[in-house]
Amino acid sequence: MATIELIQVEKKFGANYAVKPMDLTIRDGEFLVLLGPSGCGKTTTLRMISGLESVTAGCIKLNGRDVTWIHPSQRDIAFVFQFFALYPHMTVRDNIAFPLQAQQVPRAEVNRRVDEVVKLLQIEHLLNSRPGALSSGDQQRVSLARALVRRPAAFLMDEPLGALDADYRETMRAEIKRLHIDQHATSVYVTHDQIEAMAMGDRIVVMSAAMVQQVGTPAEVYYDPANLFVARFIGSPGMNLIRGQYEQGQFIFPRGDRYTVPANWRPALDKALNGAGEVILGFRPESGKVEVQQTDNLIKAEVYASDMHGGFSMLHLDVGAPNVVHIRANRDTDFLMGERVHFGLDPAMVRFFHPQSELAIRREEN
Amino acid sequence: MAEIVLQNITKKFSHVVALNDVSLCVRSGEFMVLLGPTGAGKTTTLRVIAGLEKQDEGQILFDGNDVSTHTPADRDVAFVFQQYSLYPTMSVYDNLAFPLRSPLRKMAEADIKARVQQVAELLRITHLLERKTARLSGGEMQRVSIGRAIVRRPRAFLMDEPLSNLDAKLREALRIELKHIQKTQSSTTLFVTHDQIEALTMADRIGVLFEGKLIQVGTPTDIYDRPTTTFVAQLVGTPRINLHKASRDNGTLHIMNSEVSLPMPPDTTAHLPPTFTLGIRPEDVKITPTGALAGQVVLIEPLGVETVVHIRAGHQTLLSVVPGMTTLKLHEEVRFDVERERLHFFNSDGARIL
Repeated sequence: MATIELIQVEKKFGANYAVKPMDLTIRDGEFLVLLGPSGCGKTTTLRMISGLESVTAGCIKLNGRDVTWIHPSQRDIAFVFQFFALYPHMTVRDNIAFPLQAQQVPRAEVNRRVDEVVKLLQIEHLLNSRPGALSSGDQQRVSLARALVRRPAAFLMDEPLGALDADYRETMRAEIKRLHIDQHATSVYVTHDQIEAMAMGDRIVVMSAAMVQQVGTPAEVYYDPANLFVARFIGSPGMNLIRGQYEQGQFIFPRGDRYTVPANWRPALDKALNGAGEVILGFRPESGKVEVQQTDNLIKAEVYASDMHGGFSMLHLDVGAPNVVHIRANRDTDFLMGERVHFGLDPAMVRFFHPQSELAIRREEN
Repeated sequence: MAEIVLQNITKKFSHVVALNDVSLCVRSGEFMVLLGPTGAGKTTTLRVIAGLEKQDEGQILFDGNDVSTHTPADRDVAFVFQQYSLYPTMSVYDNLAFPLRSPLRKMAEADIKARVQQVAELLRITHLLERKTARLSGGEMQRVSIGRAIVRRPRAFLMDEPLSNLDAKLREALRIELKHIQKTQSSTTLFVTHDQIEALTMADRIGVLFEGKLIQVGTPTDIYDRPTTTFVAQLVGTPRINLHKASRDNGTLHIMNSEVSLPMPPDTTAHLPPTFTLGIRPEDVKITPTGALAGQVVLIEPLGVETVVHIRAGHQTLLSVVPGMTTLKLHEEVRFDVERERLHFFNSDGARIL
């Protein structure tokens, strides 16, 4: 069991920041995901926690103990890599037992713990195989078993599913989360895949350009992104974002369509924009709805494309080039390209952002 | 734009049968997607059509004419690869103009300019025309590659996983643009991918390839709603379809090793064998207080727009998709039901029972 604290931790390579000073507390038993595009600093952060990378400033604490300058092997943390890093000449049993044998654990205890962990991961039937004979999913299970068998205080995982096919990834994603629910070991998981982050994380740290953009639960980063980066990055497709003008309670689309903003947004927008000005309207694809009846406060659009995703359809609507918004629709929805339609917005799901700072405008909560 | 017909195409590489008696018709103006895992024969199919490989058996017809003996140049199809093949020292404009400047075409420079402009507007790369291609992002490079294929006005487009090197956001954006462009141009397109979302969202029709054989051809709705085998059923849809061994007892279906028993409307199960595989799409598993079935929530995967809920019933786990962020809790007992009219039945060989 472990709590990990990062206090003003930073990493510089020469004059460039790989990670700008960050504060983060990873709670005991938590599954925390570091999410961001390649080069955002997420893997460097993970490597600093593990001790594989030294910090250039700041302090890392494990259960209150300063481990900033403690050797990786003394930190009681296990690392699972994207690439399986198994010993090809050893059997699965020997691969899993290796970390315990290295610690000179008695043989009976080694066998007991290996048996326990292979049962948990349901790989008993593979014990006598060699890694080369296994599928990529099974190889990753063996890697996990080797990390688990040590019973470390914390787990660090660097894109462990990155090398797997899509269908294995879905299965392994669920297995790792189930394992976490059983074991409750403090886990830090790095990925660039927002679906993985949403599905697995108790909390998500969204990173970009060496900086933390937002720390929050999946619901927080999805419904209330802190800035435009998070709004775009989370969701598939990301949040629809339209730049327009705000005045007197109305948002004016680039083509001149007027949308009356929900009443509970007016005070916040009037204050943030000093009454009027440029602003970015954001809404998730499922919060738009095409209306057949012409009612109040609808936005005009032409169908740019529409497509079937299996259980639902996605409409791509041109609201004035180059703005195409994406709206999730019932599967039976069938629209022709170029068809003129109107859509409305769920008032509870509308968001606004400052065009310059790119930060979310927050409503005063009552 | 040409209609392309493959008649009983077989292609072997020494002892490996890459394509096994494949027959397929890509209609004029159609967006056909070949979907399958690595090694299924997708790229070989494209290469045989382009004339880059010679089939061992069968014919290729363009608009009814056998082109099997024609050279790639005579077939006049445009190939878009996963790796961009642009001239790095040339500007975007010159890259796009290059196929038109072929001595065989004898096209006037003014006509070339008009054609390049038109394609650049279609692909939204007008602002990049003067730039050297080495200085473009991945998405921009792939747009230029597609532009260079379009500008020639070939008889057909063959696209080999053109989006798979791009990051997720760009892939999404280009997928929508490519579909829009294909529809505005009505170009015959054969597009190869292993990504089921690309296939479902872009195709007029999908051909599913596996181990050199064409397993099923149909519209995205056909493939999704009436997969002919368990392989196809699992290939499309995220999360994956629930597949469970099941048995039939009078009018009731039982999922083996579970407590799931489904009384069925009369006369809907008479054609089923005693044991079979039952397929249920996750969106057809509905969590509702009045559900006839009971289980325990063992995993919750919130994806934002929807949540995947894993329900344990006996020794089996069923996946359910619920809209938005659920208020369900881990280990909670829930009641659920399944859409009876949307069940899929497969026999022990994995073939669909109609």
